[in-house]
Amino acid sequence: MKEDQGPYRPLSYFQLMEVSLRELLVEKGIVTEEQVNAAVEDMRKRTPERGAKVVARAWVDPEYKKRLLENGTKACEELGLDVPALKLVAVENTPQVHNAIVCTLCSCYPRMLLGIPPEWYKSRNYRSRMVREPRAVLAEFGLKIPDRIQIRVHDSTADMRYIVIPMRPAGTEGWSEERLAGLVNRDSMIGVAVPKGPND
Amino acid sequence: MVEPRFKPGERVKVLNAYPLGHVRTPFYIRGCTGTVERICGAFPNPEELAQMRDGLPPVPLYRVRFAQKDVWPDYNGSAADVVEVEIFQHWLEKA
Repeated sequence: MKEDQGPYRPLSYFQLMEVSLRELLVEKGIVTEEQVNAAVEDMRKRTPERGAKVVARAWVDPEYKKRLLENGTKACEELGLDVPALKLVAVENTPQVHNAIVCTLCSCYPRMLLGIPPEWYKSRNYRSRMVREPRAVLAEFGLKIPDRIQIRVHDSTADMRYIVIPMRPAGTEGWSEERLAGLVNRDSMIGVAVPKGPND
Repeated sequence: MVEPRFKPGERVKVLNAYPLGHVRTPFYIRGCTGTVERICGAFPNPEELAQMRDGLPPVPLYRVRFAQKDVWPDYNGSAADVVEVEIFQHWLEKA
């Protein structure tokens, strides 16, 4: 890996295992360095902008939103986003319901729409506490959810992946899809933040 | 494919079982009762896949919705709060 990883630190157990396994696979001719790099590049190319595009379309097109909530995978394909080997479930925030996503067993994440997960998403702290005391965890992200709003935590334990469709901020009437997409960040699609509009 | 035994809206209980090996049913939800939110489809059994077998026939996978108050007796949020978990059919029984 040529990326800048900051000051020198010895490799951790798992980093060492990754390097050893990769070198062994290359040495035995099972994969090439080029293939490994291409796969890493492919992962890097996926960014939360893909998810934001889906959310913005759902905001401007109620029929699209309906299809997205019915079958997330198909609705993404409509926008030319391939979501390989993935069953996507879109969950919608409303004035009554706030959704948030976690994977308590490992770190399942809608990578094809949001890219590489942030470190905190994979942390034991987030994974164990998000199902146990979601309101306290959200407050630590700066998001205070009033008690009258129901919190739905989605634990992606098996084959499905989740994306939150946040509420469209007030004061964005008449905005283009592209401009709207600019409001939608990664955290709001995980459910630990909400998009800020011009009035916020 | 294994036929689905439960319908959306039905009450189900997660088995309070502790088998060895790789399973996708979190500890915290075992023994809890919830409501089927949807059938997600059918997928190869991950417990078999982990043993290098094919996991076939595919097993129905459910999203089950649990009241947080039922999962954590001392839950300190709203009584309406829920957690939804994907659970394979062989981990569920009629509640």
